[in-house]
Order: sequence, then C-alpha cells, then structure tokens
Amino acid sequence: MSLAELICPAGTPAALRTAVDAGADAVYCGFQDATNARNFPGLNFTPDELAEAVTYAHARGTKVLLALNTYPPAGKVDLWRHAADTGARLGVDAFIVADMGVADYIARTYPGIRLHLSVQAAASSPEAIRYYCENFGVKRVVLPRILTIPEIRQLRREIPCEIETFIFGNHGLMVEGRCSLTNYLTGQSTNMDGVCSPASDVEYVRDADGSMSSQLAGFTIDRFGVDEKAGYPTICKGRYAAPHRPEGYYAFEEPISLNLSRLLPELIEAGVHAFKIEGRQRSKSYVRGVVRAFRAAVDDIKAGREANIADLIALTEGQKQTQGAFETKKWR
Amino acid sequence: MIPTSEPTARLRPGEGAIARLACLVLQPVLTRVVRRVATRHPSLFARLGPHQATDFLIDPVELPFALHLRPDPQALVFRAVPRDTAPQAGATIRGRFLLLLELIDAEQDGDAAFFSRDLEVSGDTEAVVRLRNALDDMDGSLAEEASAMFGAPGRAVLARLRRAYPDATKPQEYA
Repeated sequence: MSLAELICPAGTPAALRTAVDAGADAVYCGFQDATNARNFPGLNFTPDELAEAVTYAHARGTKVLLALNTYPPAGKVDLWRHAADTGARLGVDAFIVADMGVADYIARTYPGIRLHLSVQAAASSPEAIRYYCENFGVKRVVLPRILTIPEIRQLRREIPCEIETFIFGNHGLMVEGRCSLTNYLTGQSTNMDGVCSPASDVEYVRDADGSMSSQLAGFTIDRFGVDEKAGYPTICKGRYAAPHRPEGYYAFEEPISLNLSRLLPELIEAGVHAFKIEGRQRSKSYVRGVVRAFRAAVDDIKAGREANIADLIALTEGQKQTQGAFETKKWR
Repeated sequence: MIPTSEPTARLRPGEGAIARLACLVLQPVLTRVVRRVATRHPSLFARLGPHQATDFLIDPVELPFALHLRPDPQALVFRAVPRDTAPQAGATIRGRFLLLLELIDAEQDGDAAFFSRDLEVSGDTEAVVRLRNALDDMDGSLAEEASAMFGAPGRAVLARLRRAYPDATKPQEYA
C-alpha cells in the first residue's frame, strides 16, 4: 500500500530542521565529501552535525536518509566505507546508494539498516531493480524520471520493493550515474566526485547590454537576454548553435523544473510509496515553501479532499515547470 | 530584474558626496553588527573554508554605496564603500537591498532570485556559493538580530524598510 511518504532535501543542519518542522516524513542529506552527489562548496554535514540532526529528526518522528550515492573510483572505497560506518554509528534510518560495491559492504556489515537504490543507479527495468533487491536486499528504488505513470504501475507489480519518485525540482533526464559531460569540460566527475558543474569552474559574465553569459571552464554554455529567465550552468541545459539550428537551441534539455503536484493522486494509485523533493543545494526558504506545499497536498489527498496546490513557479528553474515523462514521453 | 540603467560604477551628480557621508555614518553600525554576528554564529566560518580571505562586494543597486565584506574571523572587514573607491572584489553580489537582506535571512531563495535575474553574481562563483551556504545555515533572522541591537529605533527602521518595498522583493506566500 502506498504511504505517500514525503522525502525532503537538506543541505545544511538548518535546512534539515526546517524540513522536519515543515512536515517531512524523511530528510535526506550527505557528508562534506565525494560520497554524495551534491558535493558542493559549503554544503552538507560534518559527522557531529549529522549526529545532532538525527537526534532532532528522530525526536519529531522524522527519518534521516544518508546519501552515499556516488561511485568510488577503483581502489578508493575506504571513504565510502568509512561514511557508511559513521552513518550506522549515528543511527541513520537508511542509506541511499548507487554503487554495487558500496551496497554490498553495507548489506554485509549493517544488515539491519535499510538500503535505498539511488536514482544515480539509473535502474528502471524490473530485471535491473530485482537484481539489486535479490543481491543486496534493497528495500526501495528511486526511479529515474523517464517513466510514465502506466509504466510505473506495471513496474510496481514486477518488483519486490517500494518505489520512490521525484515530484518536484531539478528535471534531469540524462542517464543518471552515467553522465560524463561535466567531466569532459572540467576533469571532475559528477558520478565519482559528486559535482555537476563545480562552482569553481563556473563564471557569470554580464555584458554591456544587460545580458548574461554562463560559462563553464571557459566555455560559454548559455547567454540570457535582458528579459530572459536563467537556468543552472549545466552543460545538459546549455544552448548551442548547430548546423541545422545556427540561431542556437537547447540541444539536450531545457532549464525547467519537474512539478508533479497535479499527478499526486495518480502516483499514489499507481503504488508509489514515497515522493521525493529535489534540492539539497537550495535554501531553507525553498525547503520551507516546497515541503509545506506538498505536506498540505498529500494530507488533503489522504483525507479524501481535493488538494489545493500552492503555486511554486517562482522556485522553478527558468521559472518553467513540466510534468515531464510522467505525463507523456512526448513532453518536449 | 535588476535595472540595467544602474551600472555599478556610474555616479549621478552629487552621489559621490552622499555616498561618502552615508559610509561615514554607517560604519560604526556595520562594525558592531558584524562583530556580533561573528560572536553568535562562529560555525559560519567553517563553511566559508578558504574563502574567509575573499573580498566580497555586496552591491545594493538602488543605494549610493556598496558593502565590502572580508569574512576573516581574525580580521573581520564589513564596511560601506562608495562605488568609485570600492576594492577589487573576488566576488560581487548585486541586487536590490531588501532582496539581499532577505536572502541573508533565508526569506528568499537565492537560486530562484538568480533564475528571475533579480540577483546577479560575478567573479568567484565558488566563493559566492560558500557564503550563501554559510549564511543559510544560520538560524534566526540576521536583520532582526541587527535591528534589535539598536532597540526600538532599530526595529522601527527595519519595519519601515520592509514597508518601503511592498511588492518587488517580498517572499512568496505558500499555502
């Protein structure tokens, strides 16, 4: 049965407390290193901060999920093992993992702690998901944002674990855990270093006419006119000139956010167990606004009322939103 | 959207003198505020990491001066500077004053303000990200804390300031 748990982001201890107070059922977070996919400067938790956060969350009935969802380079697994040891010692409720070696270590060492399969594992077929369940005891899969609701409903019948889907935030459709675009320009890996478009390689240049260029490692990846809304400086959402589109166009994806607020009843009916809000890199203001809005919506739906969804457009990337593949695979 | 008619270095007639006077009057207040913040929120320096030594220029576009911040706990600098004498900054953050204040207080989301082009950053992006994350991890309102240091007059100034910006930068209300 779907419980429609609300899984909320926290990039700092203050954001975690904000998410808990706003009604999160669980909060996910990471350490200040390459073991998680939001290894951004000044973000994330020290072990001491995580200990306090777990105490705060558990005292209010909220779970803490620790993201260890990057891939250790060959021969360098100690950082991930140590992070798992620390998380277990501090009493986290689940680990979110992508790498099979990390999953295997946790399954063998801490069999009493739940394993969730990160979206970074890009597991979307019944065969792939069952493999993780059977070999590592995975209890929940976070699905890539590429499936329609009928496909999710069918998948639910074919796998022995819970399903978690993103409902709001970054709309990244690249094959997650496999994207090497950042590595190509900066030498840093999204999947192993935990940084997509590292801030140290990003520069914004204001032109005389008020337009703004986003640059990554010296390459201009987009240019926003004076009246245009902006997006994140990621290569996948850059605008490029090509022989068939010399004026420039979004060749891969667009600066746009996922918002499934209107599809929540269908997702619950399809058997989705948990709803994930993206955005550990975002502020407390974002966390407070989005978590409150979805808390109210989920509670309304559970109570049989029509959900009154708050307008979240101001918080979306490029101030645009989509239901993406969840509504139709022809969404673009 | 940040007005493009207010470039950082352009001074209107008489603005230079006004800016210098304002900086002079403000300096004791800024010094007191930043010392208080550093004492009450020491953890923010850890999140700044190597950028404790970075010179930030915080540029409220509608005011006649900018703010120079170097968040070095051993030698804190927070001062108002006329734009024509502002130091070479490692990172610059531009926007309307109340938006900048609300970003510090986590009443607004920095990414959203960037997407809407109400917030502009230049220079060292990592420094800006670190500063944003450090400030966002502070509990409570810096604006309230700073205004409370000056008692009822301080709180009245803050209230008046917020009333002066009725729509443009108010935080969005959520259901």
